[in-house]
Parts: sequence; C-alpha cells; structure tokens
Amino acid sequence: MMTSAGKVFRTGRLYALLSIFAVFSAFPFYWMIIATFKRDHDLFSPTNNPFLFNEPPTLDHLRLLLFDTHFLTYLLNTFLVGMAVVAITLIIAVPAAYSLARWARGWGEMLGIGIFLTYLVPPAILFIPLSRFAAAFGLQESLWSLILIYPTFTIPFCTWLLMGFFKTIPRDIEEQAMIDGLSRLGAMVKVVLPLAISGILTIVVFAFTLSMHEFIYALTFISVSAKKTVSIGVPTELVRGDVFQWGPLMAGALIASTPVAVVYTFFLDRFIAGFTMGAVK
Amino acid sequence: MARVELENISKLFGATTAVNEVNLQTIEGEFLVLLGPSGCGKTTLLRMIAGIETPSSGDIVIDGEKVTHLPPRTRNIAMVFQSYALYPHMTVFKNIAFPLRTRGVDRTAIREKVEQAAGMFGIGSLLERKPRELSGGERQRVALARAIVREPSVFLLDEPLSNLDAILRASAREELRLFQRRLGVTTVYVTHDQVEAMGLGDRIVVMNKGRVHQVGTPPEIYQWPADTFVATFVGSPPMNLIEQGDVLAGFRPETFLPAGPATENEGFVTYPFQVTWLEYLGAERLVYGDIGEKCCARHVVSRLPGNISIPIEPGKTYPFAVAKKAIRHFDRASGRLIDTGKT
Ligand SMILES: Nc1ncnc2c1ncn2[C@@H]1O[C@H](COP(=O)(O)OP(=O)(O)OP(=O)(O)O)[C@@H](O)[C@H]1O
Ligand SMILES: [Mg+2]
Repeated sequence: MMTSAGKVFRTGRLYALLSIFAVFSAFPFYWMIIATFKRDHDLFSPTNNPFLFNEPPTLDHLRLLLFDTHFLTYLLNTFLVGMAVVAITLIIAVPAAYSLARWARGWGEMLGIGIFLTYLVPPAILFIPLSRFAAAFGLQESLWSLILIYPTFTIPFCTWLLMGFFKTIPRDIEEQAMIDGLSRLGAMVKVVLPLAISGILTIVVFAFTLSMHEFIYALTFISVSAKKTVSIGVPTELVRGDVFQWGPLMAGALIASTPVAVVYTFFLDRFIAGFTMGAVK
Repeated sequence: MARVELENISKLFGATTAVNEVNLQTIEGEFLVLLGPSGCGKTTLLRMIAGIETPSSGDIVIDGEKVTHLPPRTRNIAMVFQSYALYPHMTVFKNIAFPLRTRGVDRTAIREKVEQAAGMFGIGSLLERKPRELSGGERQRVALARAIVREPSVFLLDEPLSNLDAILRASAREELRLFQRRLGVTTVYVTHDQVEAMGLGDRIVVMNKGRVHQVGTPPEIYQWPADTFVATFVGSPPMNLIEQGDVLAGFRPETFLPAGPATENEGFVTYPFQVTWLEYLGAERLVYGDIGEKCCARHVVSRLPGNISIPIEPGKTYPFAVAKKAIRHFDRASGRLIDTGKT
C-alpha cells in the first residue's frame, strides 16, 4: 500500500511539474492567438477579461498585417537570409568541427573552446565596427550584409556543437572506411557525416533560428522597408511612435514563430542529444 | 598473398616509444601472431602495416614495394578491429559490400561475392539486419566477412576474439584457422592471450615494451625462449627460474616431477622441494613451494598430471627431479638464453 501510494504521489508530482511547464511554454502562443483575433476595442478596454474573447473575434489585424505592410516580404527575406546563413554555416562548420575533433589532439580542444568564446562577444560591441565594414563593401541596405555577418556567430556556436557529435563517432569506423578503400575525405563524407546526421540537423535548425531572431545587426544595416526581416520589420513597422498595434504585432509574431515551434518540437530529442553531447562530452 | 617486411620500424607518441626498432618479415601465406602484454605496441605495429599510422622511422615494404607513406587504400590490406568497427548505419549486406563498392565493382558481382562471403561464415540469413541487432559472435563474423570479401593480399586481425565468451572463442579460433588455411592469405594476428597464440600461430612474435623479443614457431618459443621475458610470459604457470651464480636456470613446471628410481641417474637433477601450497585442477595438480638453501631459496611450481597420484601435503618436503636436458640457462645480467639448443 505504502509503495503504491508513494508511486501515485511521485507520478502526480511529475505530472504537476510537467503541466506547469507546459502551461508556461504554451501561454505566449495562447496570448498571441487571442491578441491576433481580438477586436481593438476588446483588447484595450481595461474592464474586459484579458484571457477571453469578450466581443466576437475578427480578422482585421491579420488583414492589415498581410496586405497593408510588407510582412510577406519580411517572411521571404528572413527565409532567404536564414537559408543562405545555414548553407554558409554548414560549409564552414562541418569541416572545421571534424578536423578539430579528430586531428589536433590537445590543441583541438582548446581551439574549440576559443572558437566558442568568440560566440560570446556580444553584437552590441561589434555592430559599429561591422557597420563600417558593411559600408566599405557597399553592403548597406542589402540582405548580403546579414548573410555575411550572421555566420560570425552561427559558425562558432555550430562548430563547437558539432565537435561534440564528431567525438562520439568512434575513430575505428572511419579508419575502417579508409582501409576499405576510401580517402580521409571520402571516409568523412560517406561514413562520418551520415553518422553525424542528427548533429547536422541540429545545427541547421540552430543556424536558422539564430539568424531569424537576430535584431541588432538587422536594425543597423537595413532601413528600407522592403529589405527588412521579420525580427525588425514587425517591431519597426507596427510600432508607430508610442502606438503599439498589438493585434498585427501579435499576428506577425504568431506566424513567424509557429513553424519554428513545430520544427523544435519535431527535432526536440535530437536537440537535447546535441546539447548534452557537446556539454558532457 | 604477399610478403610484408618491416625494416627498423619505430613509432613514438610524444615521449612514449610505442614500437622500438622492429624488424620482421612475414612468410607468404603464413599465420603470424603478435603476442605481448597489454600496451606493448602490438596494435600500433598492426596499424602501421595497415597504413593508419605512419612510422616515426623505418620502412614498410609489401611485395617489394615501399609503402611507408602510402595511404591505407593503396595497400590492399584488410583489417578487423578489436571493436569490429561495423558501419552502424548500414545493413549487414551493405557492410560486407562496402569495400567492393569503394572499388567500383559492379552490382551483380557484389551480390554474388557478398553472398559467398556471408555463406562462408554462416550469416547468410542476417544480411538485412543492422549491426546493433546482432550478437557479439555475429558481429565478429560480419567483420571477418567484410575483410575477406575483396580477397586482400594481407589480413590483419586485432584481438578479434576478445569480445567473445570462452566457449564461442574456442570454436571461433578453430574456424578462423581453418578458413585462413583455405584462403592461404598472409595473416597477422594480434593477441595478448598466449593460448590463442600457441594454438593459432605458424609463427609467434613475442613483444614487450615496443621491442620484439623472439620470433619462432610455437614449440621454439615454448621450449627455447630467447630470454627470461619470453620464458616467463609464455606458459601458464610460467617457467621456473632459479638462481645459480651468474646464471638463471629455467625449467617448465611440467618437467619438475617427484623423484623416483627412473630419475636416479646422470640425466637428472634432484632437489628437496618444500611444498607450501597445492591446487587441484581436475586434470592436473599445481604444487607450489621452494627449493634450495634458505639464503637463495627460489619459489618454483610443479605441474603434476592426473596420472601421478602420490599424496602431497603442504608443509612437507619431497624429493623432486628435473631432466638436465629440460633445463635452460639464461645470463643473469642480460636475461638472454645462453645455450641455444640448436647446436
Ligand atoms: N594515439 C596514441 N597517442 C599516444 N600514445 C599512444 C597512442 N596509441 C598508443 N599509444 C601508446 O603506445 C603504447 C602501445 O599501445 P598499443 O595500443 O599499440 O598497445 P597494445 O599492445 O595493442 O595493447 P593492448 O593489448 O592493451 O591493446 C601504449 O603505451 C599506449 O599508451
Ligand atoms: Mg591493442
């Protein structure tokens, strides 16, 4: 009796904790959904219950967002920048992480940590010198400035993360592949990369979301509305002076964040694996 | 089928010398065993032959061609790692087919060869499984099948049986030997298990601390150990060594038997044997004790076969004798064998 009561108590506690966490994570989405579809009058009247629709829902905010702003262009820009950043990150981080994990024995470790440290230098320090660079190369008001600058933080982070993945792949296996007739590069492409696929997916998702939510550089380099990404387009175009257009703002946030949330949920296990592998070693 | 020649090979890892000036030639088609304690450089030596590791100095010659600095893929060598190193993301079929695919063999030929190799090791029914769905013994067979499928000229095996349980190991040993005979491929086999070495090897290379101590057939190694290291490393229990001035006299435990009428002649030496401990092992008894004077008493072991049933009790002294021709003499300072017996 004792044990089964204890068991019930323990599972109960677990579920209670999980429920709190689930509510905590889902609440912003609930808030965005409700604000997207609420009439302005309902949204701004202080006597109304903020958690419910007090008046019938409306599509006005969504309409304004999609047809009266450049939101769809922002989405497209974000997507283009994200994809280009992912491609550049993969091209550089994969070979870098592989060689750091495999070749330089003691040094690889220290170099890896050094590379990770560069990730910690805040953009707030870097954006002024980098904007001078962007100007010197004539890249202001161009998505290229973002495409070239975002890898400065995605590459260090992703390299460090991937090193952890590569270290978990036994050397024996690629040495076997070399004995079985491949060059080192061939062994990496045909044997090591397929085994590191979860790590590679992790950095794809990561590079994409990092570039998607980046704010300072985008704000500094881009001011033409049609070139903005979602992360600056929504707050700059939908906050006029001190007037917050909460409905369209929330609609924009909802549309941009839902796909990311879905992808994260889908890859969650691999994500966690990626993190603990990198961290615990 | 090929000849592998190692010319003065050394390998240093920082300050440690893993392999120290090794000279070795294989004979075509032979089964050569590298035997030595853990950490003596066996794996390193094998990896240098395979080309995964480059020697710090010295040369590797395969079939008359110097391959010291050539990558593994140019050497037509197959290797089975201690961990088997199966490709976890591929089925058994793809694992075995891998060395053929990298060489651009065409599909129908691949299927035929893979099935033949799998049949040889009795794993034809496992071809669609992934390595994680196999037992240890099955994995080992897959690794062997993958190694032979492309008909290598040299076959390198790094303790391939050490992950198997004792019963499986005995049968795998027999199979391995039979199939090596059938293929006639020059094989270099690494082990730290002397029973495996004695049972499998045409010749044995005994190594310690990166150096080769002796190369010879199992009887040569056992009966004429080149030095005290080989004498005490090979054989269980090891050779007894007793001090006689500047010389160490050595004899195998099974040659040290109770004295009787047959041993009272010129050909034998008799010692009073103070028994301290006795082990009954079924087919034989191991008798531990000391011989000689108090000052330089030496601990020795006698191995009595089951058919010698005389009662022996710890704490008592018995006359034991050893044939003079079974005694080997080693230089005490260098440990080298003095009389080679091949006079
Ligand atoms: N990559 C390496 N870096 C540094 N030292 C190494 C490396 N590989 C081997 N060594 C050292 O070289 C020596 C020989 O190692 P090796 O693996 O060849 O031994 P072994 O005879 O195969 O041992 P075991 O029977 O335990 O497998 C050891 O002292 C080992 O620590
Ligand atoms: Mg080894």
